[in-house]
Amino acid sequence: MAKIIKEHIHQLIEKGKRQDGRELLEYRSDVSVEYGISPKTAEGSARVRIGETEVVAGVKVDIATPYPDSPGEGSIMVGAELSPFASDRFEMGPPSIESIELARVVDRGIRESGAMDFTKLCIKEGEMVWQVIIDMYPMNDAGNLRDACSLAALAALKDAKFPEFDKKTGKIDYYNRTKKSIPLEDDPIEVTVLKIHGDYIVDPTCEEEEFLDARLTVAFLKDGTVCAMQKGGKESLTAEDVKQMVSIAHEKVDVLRSAL
Amino acid sequence: MSKNKKAVKRHDGRKADDLREMEAKLGVIPSAKGSAMFKIGKTIAIAAVRGPKKLHPKFLQDPERGKIRCNYNMMAFSGSGNRVRPGPNRRAKEINLVIENALTPAVKLDNYPGCSIDVFINLIQTDAGTRCAAITAASMALADAGFEMKDLVSAVAVGKVNGEVVADLDKPEEDVEDAVDIPIAMMPNEKEITLLQLDGLISQEDLSKAVDLAEVVCDKIYKLQKETIAARYE
Repeated sequence: MAKIIKEHIHQLIEKGKRQDGRELLEYRSDVSVEYGISPKTAEGSARVRIGETEVVAGVKVDIATPYPDSPGEGSIMVGAELSPFASDRFEMGPPSIESIELARVVDRGIRESGAMDFTKLCIKEGEMVWQVIIDMYPMNDAGNLRDACSLAALAALKDAKFPEFDKKTGKIDYYNRTKKSIPLEDDPIEVTVLKIHGDYIVDPTCEEEEFLDARLTVAFLKDGTVCAMQKGGKESLTAEDVKQMVSIAHEKVDVLRSAL
Repeated sequence: MSKNKKAVKRHDGRKADDLREMEAKLGVIPSAKGSAMFKIGKTIAIAAVRGPKKLHPKFLQDPERGKIRCNYNMMAFSGSGNRVRPGPNRRAKEINLVIENALTPAVKLDNYPGCSIDVFINLIQTDAGTRCAAITAASMALADAGFEMKDLVSAVAVGKVNGEVVADLDKPEEDVEDAVDIPIAMMPNEKEITLLQLDGLISQEDLSKAVDLAEVVCDKIYKLQKETIAARYE
């Protein structure tokens, strides 16, 4: 069965077509972002849809002790849960390696972009900093959860407002929110390009993801600067592949950016 | 209720038998066999049903009938206050058990020997009454999946707040000192109760008042569930 599907995908790609009738480098056009889907309990939240793929993300903040090597900086933490809620191909149990990789790539896209000024998350140097925690939940997997998660995490961050905080007692009042946003100076967004059967595609379906040879996820700032990358898949890429895939990813990033 | 004619004072202006505003939607998760969203006040539950499939490990299989397995999950950002640590905890495990018991009598499981029907429930936002919202959503998702069912299951928490028997407690009411919380699920058609829990101190008289109230308000939820399912096939 798997072999038949794989051959079918390959045959289509040779003709420059996809299972759902799209062109190889055609992103699904119905990308949407809905803000504040958990307005009472999350400091920030968002739902992203790319076609039938849906991801929900939320932000909570907490007070933490800074790391000894960066006493004046707050921190972020990113988690993803690939639960069988979203797809038959996920299993119950502790976080899979797939969900850990997904979360870490989104984490690096935000962290390494420099878009977040971690010094602004410092309350008292060496003692007290804000920790920003982003949790992502795929709700329906119709392919390309990577790009959807990255966009959802960013949207939830943009939606977030700090709660009231009492410096003397060190207590957060989660029931009252300030007007202060998370310090974000850019919008890092990730786009994944797949290499299948010698060709490149974007915005894959679940089956295309299953039969990929290699993939490259690239995070971009607004001005096109690359801020994080991750190669995946069992097959190798040439330097020429990488250059082309980065350029394809950059061409597509506005599809996601314009949904923000 | 005749003794209790005077208006009950609730912090949000509801009457004793008023539910919070409700919203229901079917088929919200396209890849699932059946799915539903149920919102009551600020509590939002989304249920997705998958299966039936052969149950593993094998010793869990029942050769006579299928098994409903539930997975109740509060999203990390769905709790008031601190972040909820992801992953199963003792509370969630118990809730899974009572939800399974609440749903099982409603579904004709003889058709699926040795199989499991998996019900996944995600809470996006919570403001008390989450297990009841979960059950209400899950039973609609089972119906959406096309399983043969004896009845839907409608659930609500009734209880006693500031000395009054009221329906559908929210978080501020649940947090009142001496509040009594009684989650109840029933198959409204035959008034069969499939979940009943109680936390707090209550007289037998007030308890029977609360159970009677649950019957009345479950019917309101039942009506919305039936309308939502009917609308899907219009």
